[in-house]
Amino acid sequence: MIKHETIEKNISLMILLIVIVISGGGLAEIVPLFFQKETTVPVEGLRVLTPLELEGRDIYIREGCNVCHTQQIRPFRAETERYGHYSVAGEFVYDHPFLWGSKRTGPDLARVGGRYSDDWHRAHLYNPRDVVPESIMPSYPWLFSDKLTGEDTVAKMEALRIVGVPFTDAAIANAEAEVKGKTEITALVAYLQQLGTVMSNRR
Amino acid sequence: MTSFWSLWISAITIAVIAGCLILVLHTRRSEVHKETTTETMNHAFDGIEELDNPLPRWWFNMFIITIIFGVVYLFLYPGLGNYKGYLNWTSYNQWEAEMAHADEHYKPVFAKFASLSVEDIATNDTARQMGQRMFNNNCAVCHGQGGAGAYGFPNLSDKDWLYGGDGAAIKASITNGRAGAMPPWGDIIGEDGVRNVTSYTLSLSGQEVDAKAAAQGQTTYQAMCVACHGVDGKGNQMLGAPNLTDDTWLYGGSFAQVAHSIRQGRNGAMPAHGSLLSEDKIHLISGYVFSLSD
Repeated sequence: MIKHETIEKNISLMILLIVIVISGGGLAEIVPLFFQKETTVPVEGLRVLTPLELEGRDIYIREGCNVCHTQQIRPFRAETERYGHYSVAGEFVYDHPFLWGSKRTGPDLARVGGRYSDDWHRAHLYNPRDVVPESIMPSYPWLFSDKLTGEDTVAKMEALRIVGVPFTDAAIANAEAEVKGKTEITALVAYLQQLGTVMSNRR
Repeated sequence: MTSFWSLWISAITIAVIAGCLILVLHTRRSEVHKETTTETMNHAFDGIEELDNPLPRWWFNMFIITIIFGVVYLFLYPGLGNYKGYLNWTSYNQWEAEMAHADEHYKPVFAKFASLSVEDIATNDTARQMGQRMFNNNCAVCHGQGGAGAYGFPNLSDKDWLYGGDGAAIKASITNGRAGAMPPWGDIIGEDGVRNVTSYTLSLSGQEVDAKAAAQGQTTYQAMCVACHGVDGKGNQMLGAPNLTDDTWLYGGSFAQVAHSIRQGRNGAMPAHGSLLSEDKIHLISGYVFSLSD
């Protein structure tokens, strides 16, 4: 057996042994997920985002929405009663990166699509207090004046295609024209309104 | 899960636990001193020496307890590949059990009120309170606490109804949603037309307006607006066209606001809740909404 002192004085050996020790969890818990049907095959009916929704997703990331809102409904009655069907891995196959979040300062948004009208989302994002008086969410008025240029939409879609999001050639070809000149709020609302609509149940 | 991955996970998990156990036992056995000592490990770094003490017993015991906990856990719960665990537990069947338990409790309560009419729920305290709580969770985000509404979101506590205020109409609005369809007239009747029609519209509710503009607006109104809002401007609940003769204004009743509505159109939307909420819940919520203006 190697002596304590041998490991302590030999940095390469120590690194090697540390890597072996800490890789156990990852090899058993993470690596198999790359090869499971549940995590790699999309649920029935899952579609890729439109260019406008994709730009909306990037605004969602830019504004840090995922810092206060999760996109993951856990299989507890308290959550499924409030938010709808619990989330399943197959819904997130096209998400790069995942926007599950880890903390709920605001409510979960995994199935917010279709729950409220477009007008409500606009009013709410312009100034949340106008529709929910006790809200502590920040206002996002600049989304209403800032416009999308669409200059990197095609590049984003091509990059996502490389990691496995099946955008069609036609969708990519029209992407710039489709988003150019639209306001950021239009894109963000389009993204929000499709969230979680692939699965539903009545509560 | 294929048997390869099942085996892969099981082998690594067991190897890691066994490795921990061997390491803990080996270091325990190879300790030179079994009790606290003043002898050192015979090495010094920057003048700091290390006593050759054994691992404290409570610490050793903690390691052993965590290993035992791990083994028991892997026996009871699914952790080793395809092995389902002695308890046959999954997060999904836990959820289903939770739902079944809740159904057992709440189904009879809902069933009791399902036979009441929407109008009767409004006068039944328990049913109304249940409806109120569900309203606060699902509807108040747009319609406000107590259904007071907001700019663009109808007030449900007044007597003014866009699509009808009887039980059936309220229930239909919640279940199927509503889509307002006021077209934008700005490009069709021009800016002067918008101003004239606005004047006429405001005159319907008795406001003081430029009489000449209103007269011109009336002609346009009779040609363009009567189909939905009616000859007398009283609206049409079949279409959700608002009554223009009262002083209830969903999008504001100032000259500029009314002109804006005419110029740009309005497409207020109530999302359909039939696919989100069960019939029993919609029934109770309808009763509560009915009670707000009753």
